[in-house]
Amino acid sequence: MPDTFFGWVIFLLNEYGDLFIQGTVNTVIIAITGTILGFLIGLLIAIARTIPILKNGFLIKKILLKILQFLLGVYVEVVRGTPMIVQSMIVYYGALQYFNIDIPAMTAAILIVSFNTGAYMAEIIRGGIISVDRGQTEGAYSIGMTHWQTMTSVVLPQAVRNIIPSIGNEFVVNIKDSSVLNVISVAELFFMSKSAAGTYLKYFEVFFITACIYLILTFTVTKILGLLEKYMDGPNEFIIHGSQSNSSAVIHVHKNDGGEK
Amino acid sequence: MAETIIEIKHLEKKFGNNEVLKDINFTANKGEVVAIIGSSGSGKSTLLRCINLLEIPTSGEIIYRNNNIQNGSMSLSQYRTKVGMVFQQFNLFNNMTVLENCVVGQMKVLKRNRKESEEIAKNYLDKVGMLQYINAKPKQISGGQKQRVAIARGLSMDTEVLLFDEPTSALDPEMVGEVLEVMKKLANEGLTMIVVTHEMTFARDVANRVVFMDKGLIVEDDSPKVIFTSPKQQRTREFLSRILRE
Repeated sequence: MPDTFFGWVIFLLNEYGDLFIQGTVNTVIIAITGTILGFLIGLLIAIARTIPILKNGFLIKKILLKILQFLLGVYVEVVRGTPMIVQSMIVYYGALQYFNIDIPAMTAAILIVSFNTGAYMAEIIRGGIISVDRGQTEGAYSIGMTHWQTMTSVVLPQAVRNIIPSIGNEFVVNIKDSSVLNVISVAELFFMSKSAAGTYLKYFEVFFITACIYLILTFTVTKILGLLEKYMDGPNEFIIHGSQSNSSAVIHVHKNDGGEK
Repeated sequence: MAETIIEIKHLEKKFGNNEVLKDINFTANKGEVVAIIGSSGSGKSTLLRCINLLEIPTSGEIIYRNNNIQNGSMSLSQYRTKVGMVFQQFNLFNNMTVLENCVVGQMKVLKRNRKESEEIAKNYLDKVGMLQYINAKPKQISGGQKQRVAIARGLSMDTEVLLFDEPTSALDPEMVGEVLEVMKKLANEGLTMIVVTHEMTFARDVANRVVFMDKGLIVEDDSPKVIFTSPKQQRTREFLSRILRE
């Protein structure tokens, strides 16, 4: 048996490496699918909640839209207003007790994280949509684009670009908060760590390793999203083809973002 | 008799209890350049925005070539491709290049293919002198350049009428000229234009008709010659003497 701290860390890594890897993989799967599905749910909700209700539209359409927008509001409030750990118990055991459905733990985990993220994303994306200047929408309307075309081609690309930092936040939160899913026995990183710690009662050493893994995961995500932001901004130079004196000239112009509007 | 393109009948617009437009009657004929002048708050921008239905009129009719726009005889989208708009704040799509700005509407709304759309866009960008900048993003070009691209964007949609909402008011003084030059060129080529403007020289020299608005009403609608030399209404005279003194 090792007798130093690092000795134990190495010993535990050797002994339980597979558990850590499997737990990490599951955590990453839950976080990625949860964030992506949550983003899509949030997107749909945000679009539905920003559809303008026209005064002279059809009555039935107006009523349906009002009901839909109300229900979506309820969903957002309920999911944001209750802890995820409580939701997991209700969904997992509720399905079993009342509908006799034994949802596989991983499926339940992804469902819960997705719907949670969806509720937060709905508000984040709605904020992103509102932050895009009204003039962009009017510009699109003025050339005949529909609400849907305006959203998909003009508003959402700008809204999404503006909220990447917040999406990154949600992703990081999902990596960490998926640990609460251990209450429904999902084999994610925290759950696996608990199993690994049990045998030798080396809680400190095991959770030191666990903390390091979480940190590496979240740090990587932050970096990747930073690169994505740069990519979406495009190059900050453009090319002019031809000049007044020479029609085949190619001029590279560097102009930084910001400055004049 | 000139061919009427847009006819406005008894148009009213209220924001809450605030009556911004009162019983507006107005027509624009093919090839005409109509300048709408008046002090701030006279309702001239609101009128323009109502014509393009960016504001929904409280009552009244908007008729485009015998189609009443509000009763659905022509889709809103279709109508707007025919009656384009150029804004004070340009409203170019910030997430697209200059070329893309003029292409996206053609592809999405008119269902043209990319090649055709790009050709048409380049043709109009050339006309406004912005062909060299097709790869630039809106934030990389000046205000005057943005406004010229916005004009090309409108024209690319096979627009029959172009509405201008104070197109030079947000520009630095040295850039006003280049935009007015483009507008003058279009006017000479016979494009129908309705221009809300504070540029009295433009209204006097380029427009065929000048409409003076005050407090939500059309006070006078006549040729620039009459409006600028012998206006019939006291309010028109007061406004012009105030603005021309500056």
